[in-house]
Amino acid sequence: MIFRRVNTWPTWHWRDQWGEMDRLRRELNALIDGSYSQNATDPSAGVFPLMNVTEDNNNFYIRAELPGIKAGELNISVTGDSFSISGERKIPEEQSNSKYHRRERESGSFSRILNLPSQIDTGKVEASTSDGILKVTLPKSETTKPKQITVSGA
Amino acid sequence: MTESENKALQAKGKSEVVSNAEETKPGPIFTPAVDIFETDKELILLADMPGVKAKDLTIDLREGVLAISTKVDPPEAPGEVGILREYQEGNYYRKFNLSDVIDQSKIEADLKDGVLRLTLPKAESVAPRKIEVKAA
Repeated sequence: MIFRRVNTWPTWHWRDQWGEMDRLRRELNALIDGSYSQNATDPSAGVFPLMNVTEDNNNFYIRAELPGIKAGELNISVTGDSFSISGERKIPEEQSNSKYHRRERESGSFSRILNLPSQIDTGKVEASTSDGILKVTLPKSETTKPKQITVSGA
Repeated sequence: MTESENKALQAKGKSEVVSNAEETKPGPIFTPAVDIFETDKELILLADMPGVKAKDLTIDLREGVLAISTKVDPPEAPGEVGILREYQEGNYYRKFNLSDVIDQSKIEADLKDGVLRLTLPKAESVAPRKIEVKAA
């Protein structure tokens, strides 16, 4: 074995030590869980489409990755506190004399309902797709937004 | 594949690229799902890359290796707090060895709705040609 002597004394300032640990942690997680850790630990693993939900003071934002699906092919509806999406991904047939080398993309139908943590204003929901990502903006209903209360005192 | 017409679509987590080389910036890099098929005149590659705009996509071809790499902007505004995160955003990278069959000067790329379509025409000399047999 050849030991490489590296001049890294002291080591704290030598490149980004957490970057390497972070990558190691992700790879070990993947090994231990048997699948990539994200799918094994989240509550609705395995249901298409995967969504990221974020919020700020006024709105909820839902993003989903839906490559190859046009806006008109999606069915989206909302009720007071839930969001539902369904549709079908079709992969267009190519010419009949083509031979496949690889086929990794899948097609099929999907349908999913997501419950939101609080009520939303269903009249003002906006949704748009861009580059294969669906972004839905759901304004929170007025009653659920925090309101400042002024305290009167002597 | 007719049996997949009514099948429900399964969600798949993104698979990360595993390589010995490191990137200069930290963050995950994912392998996009691709379909590759071949017709008489060309090879077609379709890759699912949601969130990628044409200006962030780099297709590099040198020495018979085709490398596709993208930079994906983080789509969230800084004021947003995450509630549920089921997928990660990150860059995409995948590379393929191309044989000399491809006419490398005529490759076309088209990115729409997050799907990249690369058309790689086969070189003229390789397209199947019918050879006429003259009867003596």
